[in-house]
Amino acid sequence: MAVDERFARDFREARGDEPEGTRNEIVTGPVADWATDFSHTEPEWAADPYPIQDDLRQRCPIAHTPRFGGGWLPTRYADVAAIAYDTERFSSRSIIMSNFRPPRDVAPIGGSPPISSDPPFHHDARKLLLPAFTKKAVARQEPATRALCHSLIDAFDGQGVVDAARDYAQHIPMRVIAGMLGFPPADGPQFRQFVENTLEGINLPPDERITRMSALFDYLLAQIHDHIDNPREDLTTFLINAELYGRKLEPSHVAGTMALLLIAGIDTTWSAIGASLWHLARVPADRERLAAEPALLPTALEEFLRAYAPVTMARLVKQDMQWHGADMKADDWILLSFPAANRDPAQFERAAEVVIDRQVNRHAAFGLGIHRCVGSHLARMELRVALDVWLSRIPAFTLADPSMVTWSTGQIRGPRTLPLRLG
Amino acid sequence: MKIQIDSEVCQGHGRCYDLAPSLFGDDDEGYGKVLRAGVVPPGEEQNARLAVANCPERAIELIEET
Repeated sequence: MAVDERFARDFREARGDEPEGTRNEIVTGPVADWATDFSHTEPEWAADPYPIQDDLRQRCPIAHTPRFGGGWLPTRYADVAAIAYDTERFSSRSIIMSNFRPPRDVAPIGGSPPISSDPPFHHDARKLLLPAFTKKAVARQEPATRALCHSLIDAFDGQGVVDAARDYAQHIPMRVIAGMLGFPPADGPQFRQFVENTLEGINLPPDERITRMSALFDYLLAQIHDHIDNPREDLTTFLINAELYGRKLEPSHVAGTMALLLIAGIDTTWSAIGASLWHLARVPADRERLAAEPALLPTALEEFLRAYAPVTMARLVKQDMQWHGADMKADDWILLSFPAANRDPAQFERAAEVVIDRQVNRHAAFGLGIHRCVGSHLARMELRVALDVWLSRIPAFTLADPSMVTWSTGQIRGPRTLPLRLG
Repeated sequence: MKIQIDSEVCQGHGRCYDLAPSLFGDDDEGYGKVLRAGVVPPGEEQNARLAVANCPERAIELIEET
């Protein structure tokens, strides 16, 4: 049996119980003016952020908020792109806008490399992951993904109304990434808890957030120990054995990357599949056309990704500066809204419309620059297969009750309750 | 017509090899690369333009030869 001293003790003990960093007062409640007091955690934003973003883009392209200790929200494609490309002035050391800023010395690695990393470390940490997520590599997951989609629909078992978010969309990325990491498929319900704690628990008291995040890292550490004892062909064993600069990875790097792959691999694609089905349930012409023309699906899914981009990232301003007219202070948040960029009329014709045969679609759903989503090829495969199988099995469906649809809160947006009437 | 990818700008989104697999491929890390030294065969011009127009990073250059 292998012994790996790196994981003999809990790597978190070295850091102490209380992570240092900056906490700010938690402010919640209705927003009166989105230009000066925005919050992506309020129900109005979760329900429909697009009118808010469109309004801001016209009258105040970079909104501000004193909440979360201070932050900015650019809404134009050009500004979002400029910040995504500018890793000199904007750091990724935290990419979830919350009421806690990790200490500056976590840069350039951050808690979940490479998404939390800045150059030059970022490049090397990312390079480790790229081969496992190429289009060719993820194609190996396609037959199992297709079989899973069929089995989920088989399980509907003649019900007239199903919750497509809970009973279909969420299971697909969960099972695929669990398989790639080598985690037991039955642990899915725990993953959902981890995802919600990480991405939706933003306004919980920091101590509560830390306690909940500990549960995720306890789980990952147990998986690491199991993989040290029983190595196998999966990403967990790969990360345990991977080397950077001639040394095995730091234990916090191994666990942080596993956390990233698990969390980012689930919520995002779950949201994209759900939002696409929500659109098709509401727009019969698009649904009928796609069911009749499956060859259009790769083009249509790019449009779903543009119009319903699930992912918003965050950055931290490195130093006080004037930036495009905004008086930015060091450690101000930037809420980097790829969804807002994707609906900018200066970048896209008919930006507010969903055009499923849009031929030119230079959208930013997977980010821009060095942090391009490492799982984008996997996400596209899952989305394509999920929609292809659904439309082939269930070509006719509508929203059972629009008032019952609920959307996630925070930086990842997608339906969490989506009752569809089948047939 | 020729195409070339600026490897400093390409981030491996893969739109080029999705949309025009006869003109573009990918390397072991998923970054795009041109096939046949970037020469666009007759009849493939439209696919080349489609790939250029859909690259999120604007990493592909089209060189029209006279």
